[in-house]
Amino acid sequence: MVPLSYYLTLGAVLFGIGIVGVLIRKNIIIILLSIELMLNAANINFVAFSHYLQDVTGQVFVFFVMTVAAAEVAVGLAIIIALYRNRSTINVEDISLMKW
Amino acid sequence: MAPLLFFYFGGVIVGTATLVVTLRNPIYSAISLLVTFFHVAGIFVLLNAEFIAAVQILVYAGAILVLYLFVVMLLNLKREERYHRQYLVGAFLGVVILTELALIFFRTTFRAGIGPFTPAHLQSVGNTEAVGMALFTTYLLPFEVASLILLVAMVGAIILAKRVVPR
Repeated sequence: MVPLSYYLTLGAVLFGIGIVGVLIRKNIIIILLSIELMLNAANINFVAFSHYLQDVTGQVFVFFVMTVAAAEVAVGLAIIIALYRNRSTINVEDISLMKW
Repeated sequence: MAPLLFFYFGGVIVGTATLVVTLRNPIYSAISLLVTFFHVAGIFVLLNAEFIAAVQILVYAGAILVLYLFVVMLLNLKREERYHRQYLVGAFLGVVILTELALIFFRTTFRAGIGPFTPAHLQSVGNTEAVGMALFTTYLLPFEVASLILLVAMVGAIILAKRVVPR
């Protein structure tokens, strides 16, 4: 029997890797991939608590998180394609028109 | 057996997730993310969530990642890319957040299982049936809202990616 804290630690490490990925990469596609990593970390925590509290509600919420992830990917990639068509770059340092 | 499998899955998840963040070629990053998703599905199986594991492989590996690969290959980026110049600050913030989460974990006592869905009960009813019953009775309204989100995302993606034809 693996204790709950092991799963939570795994989720935390995965979330940290996702945050570092969002902060250090310039390619906007990799930034979206890092957001997927963070959503997966949240899913691991949901399912771990669902198992240890013996309640399926956590698994239902993972289902909703996946729905939101799919919607986010569809809209995000459409934005990236529109951006690339207009500016021919996906480097976040070149897309700083609204930066103060 | 279970601890061994957990450490295998966890180790591969952390390793491939690090590769996703560090590799320069976006296609290699996406393939590493594919391996990560499969091993997260393995973690779900260890936690008696077979339905979620299947959905994880179908939706994440089957749909989302293919969409990523499709866009990466469509844009066809060959240029070598270096890390953002704020990478030291980024790594520092990652360490800070990890420390915060560790503090929360070690100062909290989590309640033990009290719910009706014990592993034996899930075995007799079936994981998919249990999740389905919760989804279509207690969480029927959020389920409908989720379908609305998908509809809005579909319309939004088409409108955003559509090429504007000049008249």
